[in-house]
Amino acid sequence: MSDLATMEAVARLVPEGSRVLDLGCGDGALLSHLRANRACSGYGIEIDDANVLACVRRGVNVIQLNLDEGLAIFDDASFDVVLHIDTLQHLRNTEVVLQETARVGRIGVVAFPNFAHWPNRLSIARGRMPVTRRLPYQWYDTPNIRVGTYADFELLALRNGLKIQDSFGLQDGRTVRSLPNLMAGTAVFKFSR
Amino acid sequence: MFVTPSTFHFADPLPLRSGGSIRAYDLCFETYGALNADRSNAVLVAHALNASHHVAGRYAGQDKSEGWWDNMIGPGKPVDTNRFFVIGVNNLGSCFGSTGPMHVNPDTGRIYGADFPVLTVEDWVDAQARLLDALGIETLAAVMGGSLGGMQALSWALQYPQRVRHAVVIASAPNLTAENIAFNEVARRAIVTDPDFNRGHFYAHDGRAETKPKRGLRIARMIGHITYLSDDVMNARFGRALRHALAPDFGAAAQSEPGAAAFRYSTQDVEFQIESYLRYQGDKFAEYFDANTYLLITRALDYFDPAREYGGNLSQALARASARFLLVSFSTDWRFSPARSRELVKALLDNRRDVSYAEIDAPHGHDAFLLDDPRYTGLIRSYFERIAVGQTREVAHE
Repeated sequence: MSDLATMEAVARLVPEGSRVLDLGCGDGALLSHLRANRACSGYGIEIDDANVLACVRRGVNVIQLNLDEGLAIFDDASFDVVLHIDTLQHLRNTEVVLQETARVGRIGVVAFPNFAHWPNRLSIARGRMPVTRRLPYQWYDTPNIRVGTYADFELLALRNGLKIQDSFGLQDGRTVRSLPNLMAGTAVFKFSR
Repeated sequence: MFVTPSTFHFADPLPLRSGGSIRAYDLCFETYGALNADRSNAVLVAHALNASHHVAGRYAGQDKSEGWWDNMIGPGKPVDTNRFFVIGVNNLGSCFGSTGPMHVNPDTGRIYGADFPVLTVEDWVDAQARLLDALGIETLAAVMGGSLGGMQALSWALQYPQRVRHAVVIASAPNLTAENIAFNEVARRAIVTDPDFNRGHFYAHDGRAETKPKRGLRIARMIGHITYLSDDVMNARFGRALRHALAPDFGAAAQSEPGAAAFRYSTQDVEFQIESYLRYQGDKFAEYFDANTYLLITRALDYFDPAREYGGNLSQALARASARFLLVSFSTDWRFSPARSRELVKALLDNRRDVSYAEIDAPHGHDAFLLDDPRYTGLIRSYFERIAVGQTREVAHE
């Protein structure tokens, strides 16, 4: 997910000059990209020490927090965009954090591995959990504790009253708009309250 | 790195938050590294309760005279004095060279003692600003401190927003909690009720010999030490180990069966290692620290509360700050807990200030801010590496 094409696909969903909160910002590459190319400002949230350090090295504002404890330190609608890039599937309180995302940001952007991508379906049909470039883990050591699909997220968004403004799949850095639940390894949603 | 302290004399009175003032005072300070041509690389380091202007380096001919943050500051260190011009200053009221209660009040010709004016963090910052004026430094690349030093760094960003580019606030808080004030009060009562305290006038005067209230100071220091450590680290370092079990000349039973070493069955002898440690720390401290200084500095801690004049609204209080902030807390620090640093982070976020915050998972309690944890020192190093120096001086908009 850290390849440039994917980063740019996500960046295109972020309006110029936005104030951005990047939940699970990793090494700060996306925020740094948004700052340099789309005149954005904002903060990253990270739990991992090495990533916090990497953000500081890049000069990206980073707040070390456990997202599962919520976003209480952020005011309602205090950000133009809240990003969840490959973060949601690691959270215990996924739904709560999604609601918090909608509370804190005017726009939410979520990207996560789509378990309904056809190679994953094939693997399951053969009786084995998928191990792919996108999902390189074995079932017993995966950090992805939430296993969901493009179609599943649509339902979760509906359930929480979120308006989906745009959604598509990403595969090999390309946008997939036809049958994304089958044809894309990554699901991307842009939504608002 | 060998260093020498300097002293600067200030003739003009310094108005204080209490309504009083202090005149004809000295500030003792040290500097490390060189001030660059456009004077853009100055870093001020503020000290906490029992430290001084001697932040880094050693004194020639004195072994073990390293400054209190020598692991953090020096050539090639996280705050690299090859790039930065670092200033350590001893605060007014302290007992390491700057004017304090052990000095003569120019208005009366007598030693201040307990009559030394009560100071606040804001007063210290004002005094530090005058020192910078004297050194010809308009803008700080950074102001930095841990604990009470962190409060000064924060206060700098509020009192002189145009003079601070970065504020590095470590293991600190926007104010003290009731529990924290309570610890300070116990320490103060230990000192004040020591018969040798003599209402603060215990220095040699009018033919009377000095009577240092060492008993009170020892107890104050013991309490402090307990609160600077975590339960975990205290158990790891001392556990229930007995003092005499380690003494080679003690009874054979203790030697052969360390797991079942004999108790002394004494209420007053040192029995456990932790007691021995606390007494040692207390004794050492009582030798070099001043009782009136302890009272003054703990009071400054108690009073610090920038949100107070904003009805407790910290976000409003921090609206004045324009510096970029780095905040660090330590997971087991219960005296200045991570939750307190998060309050500061929130207030800065509310004001849309640049802020980064790291919560270091370290076992050492409040003391961690003085120790070497590579996650912590690496973070400080990376942050300072990004601080621009050698650029055109920023224009003040006052």
